Amino acid sequence: MTAVLTPVPTSARPAPPSAARIGLARVGLELRLFFRERQQVVFSFAYPLVMLVIFASIMGTEERPGGIPFAQYFLAGIAATGIMLTSFQAVGTAVAGERESGQLERLQLLGTPPVAYFAGKAGQVLVTAGVQLALLLPVARYGYDVPMPVDLAHWATFLWVAALGALAGTVLGLAASALPGSATATNTAISALAIVLQFFSGVFFGFLELPGWMQQVAALFPLKWLTQGMRSAFLPEEAGAFEVAGGWEHGRTALVLAAWVIIGVMVCMRTFRWRRGEG
Amino acid sequence: MTTTELAPLPVGSATDPAAVTVRGLTKRYGGRPVLDGLDLAVRRGECFALLGPNGAGKTTTIEILEGVRPRDGGDVAVLGEDPAVAGRGWRDRIGVVAQGEGGGPALTVRETLDHFAGYHAVSRPTGELLSAVGLDGSAGARVERLSGGQRRRLAVALGVQGRPDLLFLDEPTTGMDPVARRRFWELIRELRSDGTTILLTTHYLDEAAELADRVGVITEGRLADVAPPDELGATLRRESTVSWLEAGVRRRVRTGSPSAVLRDLLAVHAEVPGLTVTRPGLEDVYLQLVGATPTTAEGDLR
Repeated sequence: MTAVLTPVPTSARPAPPSAARIGLARVGLELRLFFRERQQVVFSFAYPLVMLVIFASIMGTEERPGGIPFAQYFLAGIAATGIMLTSFQAVGTAVAGERESGQLERLQLLGTPPVAYFAGKAGQVLVTAGVQLALLLPVARYGYDVPMPVDLAHWATFLWVAALGALAGTVLGLAASALPGSATATNTAISALAIVLQFFSGVFFGFLELPGWMQQVAALFPLKWLTQGMRSAFLPEEAGAFEVAGGWEHGRTALVLAAWVIIGVMVCMRTFRWRRGEG
Repeated sequence: MTTTELAPLPVGSATDPAAVTVRGLTKRYGGRPVLDGLDLAVRRGECFALLGPNGAGKTTTIEILEGVRPRDGGDVAVLGEDPAVAGRGWRDRIGVVAQGEGGGPALTVRETLDHFAGYHAVSRPTGELLSAVGLDGSAGARVERLSGGQRRRLAVALGVQGRPDLLFLDEPTTGMDPVARRRFWELIRELRSDGTTILLTTHYLDEAAELADRVGVITEGRLADVAPPDELGATLRRESTVSWLEAGVRRRVRTGSPSAVLRDLLAVHAEVPGLTVTRPGLEDVYLQLVGATPTTAEGDLR
């Protein structure tokens, strides 16, 4: 019989690779898996584009308060929605599926640090959300004459709002994946919540046109703040007068989104499970 | 070298000869006891097979030893540590051939192995693993396109990738074809001769007889018996079965003294057609231990 495997060295074993190294490897793996999942790719990248084309074509001549063209107002909302879909919805459904198929069990048996797994998801979300926006903005700019953020400060606002929103969506998606029931049931619940939030948060309609109770409910969730933050990057300064508070509320936006990141992380730490049921 | 022979046990660590020590292990699911005071000791370097009917607690035991399922009571030490609280360094010395998937269905076999190599302190080269489990030809195939048996082989490769000191295998050959099964046995023998401790559960008694230094039979949450495969159920084995044809009807007698039965038979009949004397095999002993066959004699000499 020939030896197929080389013998185990008897010397002491070094420490396993760091969580950072595994996390980095997982970002690459997650991206590779994402781009091989054709449905996911098409949905993530086409949904905001298709919505922009549909709504801008139907409502093209309408104006929002302050004389803002509809497409300009809508771009902020659909960009925020896109970020929510590639973070919250995509992560929530993917993690529930990976748990059900036993992929997470494999990671647990390998002693994967949970933070490395989370980092892989977050890295994948940041890249895919970036690609999604890089496709959406040129279409809005050249197809519907939507002006881009006017200066560096507005671009900076766009970037921090997008990054914070994507992070909040990622950890909340991870938290939502722990909902009891099958992966299919979890997907349905997450999708339903995502749709309702879009209507409540002023994506399709001007936020001020919504009933007061709807505005108050929306203010509890991150999508409203993500949308408002996006408007502050794309709309002229004076349009801030038509927000609920009469201004862009950057401080509160950052606070609410950061709070959701922290809440999400705490919920994940308490509820994250590698496998269904006990253990 | 014949395939049924096992090399002598390699010399293990003198300081701690036990790879696994379990005392009084208990586990309940919703009030129903699954493990009811299980005791188990696996020596370093041996291959130990856990046998038992479905629901006897084999998988629960293995999962508690792997540290992925909490226990209700009892003492457990695996490689000197309590699996419920042991850290990553400990886990890296444990290999598990699990039922679950790899990294993702859209990855190829080679990508899966290359990726998970980065999770271990030391890992076997991908090429070596591919040929050891016979997946060289499928290295470029996506995991979602693999057959059930091929997936099992990938799971085996992932289980031994980190050069574990202790390898857990929960029904490893389920779904494998006979060729893959033989190849798997070969791999297990090699790992064992390199000093890897192996703890496996199986439904195949031939597999236990082939691979294990010792087998343990679990019934109703306890270990009913532990012994080398050919010595299991020592008292049951002392009974032989004498069988012959009498007027075209097969008669069987179970006895502790077959020679005496034969003498009686030959004293009555000049010629005894279809005469056989068989000692119980592993399967007979196993079935009696788990209560699937009655232990009393089926017939009497007349």
